[in-house]
Amino acid sequence: MGAYLLRRLLIALPSLLGISLILFTVLAMAPGDPFSEMATNPNVPPEVREALRASFGLNDPIMVRYLRWLSNMVQGDWGFSFASRINVDRLILQRVPTTLFVVGSSQILALCIALPVGIYAATRPYSIFDQVANTLAFVGFSLPTFFTGLLLILIFSVWLDWFPFVYRSDLAATGWRWYWEMFRQAIMPITVLGLFQAASYTRYVRSAVLDVIRLDYVTTARAKGLGEKTVTLRHITRNALIPVVTLVALQMPAVFGGAIVTEQIFRIPGIGSLLIDAILANDTPVIMAVTFVFACLVVLFNLIADILYGWLDPRISFS
Amino acid sequence: MAGSTLASPSAEPVSGPAQTSAATSPGRETWKRFRRHKLAMASSLVLATLILGVVIGPWLWPVAINEIDFSAQLQTPSWSHPFGTDDLGQDLLARMIYGGRISLAVGLAAMFVATFFGIVIGAIAGMSRGYVDNFLMWVTDLFLSLPQLPLLLLVIYFFREQLKAMFGVEGGVFVLIVVVIGGLKWMPVARLVRAQFMSLREKEFVEAAKAHGATKLRQMVHHILPNAIGPVIVAATIEVSSAIIAESTLSFLGLGFPPDIPTWGRLLFDAKDHLDSAPHWALFPGAAIFLTVLSINFIGDGLRDALDPRRVI
Repeated sequence: MGAYLLRRLLIALPSLLGISLILFTVLAMAPGDPFSEMATNPNVPPEVREALRASFGLNDPIMVRYLRWLSNMVQGDWGFSFASRINVDRLILQRVPTTLFVVGSSQILALCIALPVGIYAATRPYSIFDQVANTLAFVGFSLPTFFTGLLLILIFSVWLDWFPFVYRSDLAATGWRWYWEMFRQAIMPITVLGLFQAASYTRYVRSAVLDVIRLDYVTTARAKGLGEKTVTLRHITRNALIPVVTLVALQMPAVFGGAIVTEQIFRIPGIGSLLIDAILANDTPVIMAVTFVFACLVVLFNLIADILYGWLDPRISFS
Repeated sequence: MAGSTLASPSAEPVSGPAQTSAATSPGRETWKRFRRHKLAMASSLVLATLILGVVIGPWLWPVAINEIDFSAQLQTPSWSHPFGTDDLGQDLLARMIYGGRISLAVGLAAMFVATFFGIVIGAIAGMSRGYVDNFLMWVTDLFLSLPQLPLLLLVIYFFREQLKAMFGVEGGVFVLIVVVIGGLKWMPVARLVRAQFMSLREKEFVEAAKAHGATKLRQMVHHILPNAIGPVIVAATIEVSSAIIAESTLSFLGLGFPPDIPTWGRLLFDAKDHLDSAPHWALFPGAAIFLTVLSINFIGDGLRDALDPRRVI
């Protein structure tokens, strides 16, 4: 197991290097840099601008800059945000917990909906319940998150006035009140992301369960007199979950993409909104760091999926 | 098609007169199966109406999209403005017709780009063994774990100005968005095509073609690809809707098309600050995106049923 983990990490490294190289090249080829605004500022003479560029190493060739970025990043120096005037790693560490909280809760919500609905629908294929669930799933993943977000704000914030539509990380309340306020402001973004993911997961779960439900071992389990509940939960579900794990991991880029949109709608101070702000401000070190963090999260979740895969399916050996 | 020479004498009775009356062409068979999917049929109607609406709409509703009228700000739907007006008094129906053309065109064009790249890369990977296949699949996996939306945002925001200078405002952003969305969505098609090619290249009919002296290219294009195309069509349909969502997302974040080109996502972006006073402004474009994407997805589902000959409906 330990050897497998090590090997899997070693495979993930070239991918991360490749991703960071692509990102860095795109950023380096882009016109405009943090100092472009100074060109229009008459108080900054061109020589000072050039000296600043040189001191940040912006005039070197791309490969040299990439290698310098890489070695600095590995040593924990993620650069300095031109717009926020603090170190990038501190800026990102401030924002990551919020994003992980929203994304994590929404995934839990999505699985809590998708697993029961998908399994129940698959055990009664083409029944009324199955058809309704299937149609709703289609509706669910055809509704873009930015539209559901606006709809929820319109209904629950503007018309009913139940929930606030701006997410604040510095709630004034303490104790139980803090939890209550947190719940009230987080429920809409989590619902938007969670329902969207639940829709696609339901279809995965349903088709995965349908694939195993007619296999011989299920008939055997029934034949030896096990109750329908035991057969479904212990024999069918455990095997059906194996492909679902992979599909959920493959959804991760889409999940974090959805998080960017949701953070923007509800003004959640996560890394998604940090990225948008950084792009608009041409804040290159922050853009590079945030996109790289996104890539790392995606690779990390793929790794977790692989490990879960082995745990769920004893036929897969790690050697 | 397959030719009139029978593979073996035992195949004779199958093509007897009793069979010819029941036999139908593959196209008609597909259509027969597709028709049975009620939701897919209804979706085709909805989508056809939407497309017809945005194509001939400007003749039926000849109102300028940028006619500013401060006496008619944020009006709710009425006879003179069926979809209401925005904060500058511009007619929303006219803007939605115009934006719909762009949104749908982006979806279709990006689908073609993605499917083309997907088929080429998947076919090469599926036909070649060894390191070419391994390398191409590594690249595919790399692209699958790229943070897509951040990358889209980056590329489009930074390269917008350059392409605007080359192709003009509308054309430049259009080309950029289509190429970038297509360039980040080819991976599912490539994997699909590769898997199909891997199993089909071992089949007897390919061997027969090889024995007839068909070159590798001819085997791929003439013999394997037509047999692999069914699932690719389904995937391509879904690509259209995912490209439409991608474009709307970009515009909704304010980083897609510029404000003077009102795509559906851009309309939502402008509307989101006026939700309390003018909800209709956000509801119409949102519903249009939703309806388009939903009907395309249902059509894809219907095609999946119709194009799989092994599937019994």
